[in-house]
Amino acid sequence: MDNSQNIIARSATTTPPPQVRNDVEEVAKLIDVSKCIGCKACQVACMEWNDLRDDVGDCHGTYDNPRDLTAESWTVMRFSEYESNDGNLEWLIRKDGCMHCAEPGCLEACPAPGAIVQYANGIVDFDSNHCIGCGYCITGCPFDIPRISEKDNKSYKCTLCSDRVNAGMEPACVKTCPTNCIEFGTKKDMLARAEKRVGDLKARGFRDAGIYDPAGVGGTHVMYVLHHADDPNRYAGLPKDPRISPLVGAWKGVTKPIMSAIIGITAFAGVIHYVTKGPKEEPENEPHDGDDGTPPASRGDSAGSGAASGTDPHSLGYDATRTSRPASDAQRPPGGDR
Amino acid sequence: MTNHWVDIRNANLILSMGGNSAEAHPVGFRWVTEAIEHNNAELITIDPRFTRTGAVAQDKAFIRTGTDIAFLGGLISYLIETDQIQREYVLNYTDAALVVRADFGFEDGIFSGYDESTRSYDKQSWMYEMGDDGFARRDESLQNPRCVYQLVREHYARYTPAMVSSITGIPVDTIDRIWRKIAATAVPDRTMTILYALGWTQHSIGSQIIRAAAMVQLLLGNMGLPGGGVNALRGHSNIQGLTDLGLLSQLLPGYMSLASAKEQDYDAYIDKRAKQPTVEGQVSYWQHYEKFHVSLMKSWYGDAATEGNDWCYEWLPKLERPLYDVLDTFERMSKGELNGYFCQGFNPLASFPDRAKVTRALSSLKYLVVMDPLNTETSEFWKNYGEYNDVDPSQIDTEVFRLPTCCFAEDDGSIVNSARWLQWHWAAQPPPGEARPDTQIMGELFLKVKQLYLEEGGVFPDPIVNLTWDYKIPGEPKAEELAREFNGRALEDLTDDEGNVTRRADEQLSGFAELTADGKTAAGCWIFTGCWTEDGNMMARRDNSDPYGTGNTLGWAWAWPMNRRVLYNRASADVQGRPWGPNKAFVWWSSEQSRWIGADVPDFPQQSAPSEGQMPFIMQPEGVGHLFAAQSMVDGPFPEHYEPFESPVPQNLLHPGKERARNNPAARIFDGDRAALGKPEDFPHAATTYRLTEHFHYWTKHAELNAIVQPQQFVEIGEGLAADIGVVAGDWVKVSSNRGFIKAVAVVTKRMRPMMIGDKQVHHVGIPLHWGFTGVAKKGYLVNALTPFVGDANTQTPEYKSFTVRVEKA
Repeated sequence: MDNSQNIIARSATTTPPPQVRNDVEEVAKLIDVSKCIGCKACQVACMEWNDLRDDVGDCHGTYDNPRDLTAESWTVMRFSEYESNDGNLEWLIRKDGCMHCAEPGCLEACPAPGAIVQYANGIVDFDSNHCIGCGYCITGCPFDIPRISEKDNKSYKCTLCSDRVNAGMEPACVKTCPTNCIEFGTKKDMLARAEKRVGDLKARGFRDAGIYDPAGVGGTHVMYVLHHADDPNRYAGLPKDPRISPLVGAWKGVTKPIMSAIIGITAFAGVIHYVTKGPKEEPENEPHDGDDGTPPASRGDSAGSGAASGTDPHSLGYDATRTSRPASDAQRPPGGDR
Repeated sequence: MTNHWVDIRNANLILSMGGNSAEAHPVGFRWVTEAIEHNNAELITIDPRFTRTGAVAQDKAFIRTGTDIAFLGGLISYLIETDQIQREYVLNYTDAALVVRADFGFEDGIFSGYDESTRSYDKQSWMYEMGDDGFARRDESLQNPRCVYQLVREHYARYTPAMVSSITGIPVDTIDRIWRKIAATAVPDRTMTILYALGWTQHSIGSQIIRAAAMVQLLLGNMGLPGGGVNALRGHSNIQGLTDLGLLSQLLPGYMSLASAKEQDYDAYIDKRAKQPTVEGQVSYWQHYEKFHVSLMKSWYGDAATEGNDWCYEWLPKLERPLYDVLDTFERMSKGELNGYFCQGFNPLASFPDRAKVTRALSSLKYLVVMDPLNTETSEFWKNYGEYNDVDPSQIDTEVFRLPTCCFAEDDGSIVNSARWLQWHWAAQPPPGEARPDTQIMGELFLKVKQLYLEEGGVFPDPIVNLTWDYKIPGEPKAEELAREFNGRALEDLTDDEGNVTRRADEQLSGFAELTADGKTAAGCWIFTGCWTEDGNMMARRDNSDPYGTGNTLGWAWAWPMNRRVLYNRASADVQGRPWGPNKAFVWWSSEQSRWIGADVPDFPQQSAPSEGQMPFIMQPEGVGHLFAAQSMVDGPFPEHYEPFESPVPQNLLHPGKERARNNPAARIFDGDRAALGKPEDFPHAATTYRLTEHFHYWTKHAELNAIVQPQQFVEIGEGLAADIGVVAGDWVKVSSNRGFIKAVAVVTKRMRPMMIGDKQVHHVGIPLHWGFTGVAKKGYLVNALTPFVGDANTQTPEYKSFTVRVEKA
């Protein structure tokens, strides 16, 4: 388990997260699809590091194996044959797995307190001890990633090797990738790498090459370089504009009054705290917009000032269940290390 | 590899042909992606299928299996006719200017000297014309119609783009596009590397395909340069070490050769192999053959090997047939001519062609010994596994012994990689159960045999009872002891011309230049001399510093020969010894230091100034690269396209109506195996077998992780063929040849496309080979039930890559 000081959001929780620690850099995994040979070394490394062994399955008439993500397969390669109108055939191979959204639909949807957490470095992790196996995280995920285990009825997905990252190592898939198709670093550095790769692809005639870091989920901490960023759907149905399912919003509608009540109690507790213990420094930008009714699609726009622009993955909270942010973005220099 | 893995990053163009480098060598493929990203290189792949390599290639072509010589021959003609050759290189560093004997010829697809009754050539006429001075005649103008340049030009003039297209199935515009890109590397400062693997070797014309590639690289001036070369990506991690140490039936360690039964005279044996220069003043390094040979015999027989007994020449086996290859061995085994068979690190039932024949052969043995870490199919060939191994154990009398060995991670030693690097490794953990290192099993076995010879005598005990065996624990030779022995040592003090001692007795040698032919040195494998010197184990070095930034890390492990990483690297400089281009500077002449310097150990006499006129190809008697192979191949001095022995095309389009030029006329095929070939009308589809990234041969189906990521046998077919036979992806199909059948899941894919061969549409069928009836993956059929029992004319490597099948819904 990662260091609890790094948790910036926790499912179904209203207690403010710890706020003393700062300057945690956001990380990202960059998958350059144009360099992927589909060797599945990442799948094997994932199974080895995480001590997972999926079933020995069957061939279904494709190279994809295991055929889909499972509770024991947190990443799989998806092979797509795409033939353009002029007969040009491409074999597009995409490593699929959790995208570690800045605005994670799973976390938003999860009703089990603390079953899903988000760390300051951007990793979205499942704390399976708290998982109740309801499957709302699957509904909440715009990428169809989490899977419920038949063994223990709990939900599983890629942790971005949060245990390794916490110890200063790269994720296992990154370490094993033989072609450097998967890289890992700060999100800023990975975006710069991605720009360079896109430039190379454009120079080689892929006019629509681009970075996949979709704004609809606030950006992601797993990004792709695509030769055809205009049509991500070619890559085994990667959504062009992923957004959290409206079902999650509907579910929120039911629970909102309860959540509001909890927040009210929390606020009241704060007053009591102030009265009894004296003043305490609060983050300047502490949001309490859980009851502002902002629809998911425009959440980013409700963000705070300065560097926290609409696409900033750390644009400020929008959801009662996410409660709050650590140290304010406004305190960071514009264009800072995020 | 003439070059090495990391050097691929220096290439400007990468041709992956006769191999699927991303699929089979994903780790080494890193350097391909490096070249693409950091050297703005382009990757071209030419393959019957759209492969994993194709997924990341910038350009590609789909070729009918077994027609690579047609493509490369056409390319040779194109380069010459459009004058896109590296002319200075070709003139000086190849045999283009040498004149060939007048009686050499080629007619109706057959070279001069052919004897149809023996299916072999008398190679006498395949030679340069010698002048009165005893050296090959030369024509600097390249105009002499008998010079190699003109003969090459004439030979490949028949390989027009239209002809190439009709044989290979590649459209003419694609051929033209790719030839242009390749030709652009004829300039001095651009190089193409060629990466190939078993997709070139496993044909009845395999060696000649590789020869054709070498010719292309010589014409383009890409040999000996960084980012160039002809690079064999080896299929096993230590298969390079196998050939280096002479484990092929006709070889001795270090690519020395065993004598034939006709060669009973020692001096004649040496003279034939100690090749003297055929162009004046050239290095012709094989002229030192006797030094290597005597050192080997001293290593084996110590004091028993003396000048007086011709260094025990009599004790060496003499070959009654050219090769005792696996096809020959199993042919004889199937006829009941063998009693026993030792099978070490080998799974013949799965790996050899015509599985039914292999089963018959193994069933006729009295005993079979299998040394392997795994329970291989071969060790259970007698056991009924239903349809996967449908045999009747009661009818098989062969007694099978299984001797479990360590796997590589349970043993110390060196592994020679494709790049000729000897890399030392250490055991990660002890072996399980009763498993022992191969060397211990062999050691104890040898001591037992020796004891029997000592106690009971025998027809010919001498080579056994006199073999040097001075390991500290005789039954357990250690990897360190063996490595020191291969390197070699001085048996007496060595002195220079002035009598100064240069090496004390019993010291390890530092290089093969120290070897002598007078019995003062011993070396178990001359090309490995330098791997374990007085300074210790060079193979264990792990310094990856790269002072010139060329990726040449001379302090990492050790490469034969003499730690040279790029063979023929003197060719990276022009005749005056200057680099061909600033970006290709690698090894050059320093007039200040009066020696060759640079990023690599010069593959050349270090102080031979350019003015001395010695040429870069120091192993050849002419000092130059061979466009004309002279007598070194059994099936012709120029590569010629012949159809696979089983082909969907009924005739060789280069030689229509000439039946004996349809297939390689010098390839050996046994009568029974010829009778087992299928006809195109019965088996209309071109088939090829291959490996997948997820598995390693027949081993990793025993490993759970590999089984998870590729669990079950499949075959790949195109959408058109699938529609014809009424199957969709995931359906079961039956694939048959004239020798057997398999059943597997169909992967129906756009990546397998039909080709137009003449006016005929040919479908390809792709058959991955990794499954069998042992292991943890889903059980499958051994695919070599399908393959034909015929091999390359030179190496007898079976033709796994080109045969014909019929596919139907199962």
